[in-house]
Amino acid sequence: MKRWLPTPLMSLALWLLWLMLNQSLAPVHVLFGGLLAVAVPLLVAPLRPTPVRVSRPLVAIRLLFYSLVEILRSSFNVCMLILFSKKGLNSKFIRIPLDLRDPHGLAILACIINSTPGTVWVEIIPDSHDLALHVFDLHDTQWWIDMIKGKLEQPLIEIFEQETA
Amino acid sequence: MSNSMMSGMHDMSLWLAVPVSLLLVLGGLITLTGALGLLRLPNFYQRIHGPAVYITVGTGCFLIASMLYSSVALQRPIVHELLITGFVILTAPVVSMMLMRAAVYRDLRKGNTDNTPGDAYKFPREH
Repeated sequence: MKRWLPTPLMSLALWLLWLMLNQSLAPVHVLFGGLLAVAVPLLVAPLRPTPVRVSRPLVAIRLLFYSLVEILRSSFNVCMLILFSKKGLNSKFIRIPLDLRDPHGLAILACIINSTPGTVWVEIIPDSHDLALHVFDLHDTQWWIDMIKGKLEQPLIEIFEQETA
Repeated sequence: MSNSMMSGMHDMSLWLAVPVSLLLVLGGLITLTGALGLLRLPNFYQRIHGPAVYITVGTGCFLIASMLYSSVALQRPIVHELLITGFVILTAPVVSMMLMRAAVYRDLRKGNTDNTPGDAYKFPREH
């Protein structure tokens, strides 16, 4: 089991991907998808050196919903700013100190931040663990730091950095 | 397939037509706004935020409308739009991050920096 399915979640995702691409549950697609789901993770294992440990599915679902709401809310704000702002926008770079170290967690954080209109990830500042972030219309630096650390980073730490696993 | 698509288009009932067209109009408005941002905003660092609106919410509206419409027209659940959503969420952030970093490094090399005293890392100044 461990030898042939080292990453069950990725295998499941690949299998579903195959079935959705073909839009069918015919036995040939189920079988071939299963074959891919076993073979692909084994073939790409050397390309993914750090193992991923995921826990707390409930936290993940809550994070997903929070991000969706946040994306809708900020895109409404950004649309309003683009259409109706008369004065100049206060767009600024800010630094956010991060505690999250897991590369996969950071990748997810980058995806959420960049999918949210109004914020773009620049980089993790060299020789530190601070994130450089560009904000479209900045009012309160501390609010952004609290929001990203509390609402996005904390769940990701819970999901990816559980030592007990 | 195209046959049932066509017949679905003719006798599309009202309860389907209303949400589908609302989603399409909303998606179109959002995409227009994002594109307008690209046109109106004064500098690169602000313009990069325009497309983010239609990449996520605009595309989302179109995909939900497409799922609703084709599921009813073809009389079975059509969900492979979810794959498009997944791929967009995986790829679009990488593009905006790359563009952002390219712009930041160009500005920094030009010496166009916004100095914060005591900070070794400098942010580019917005002109």
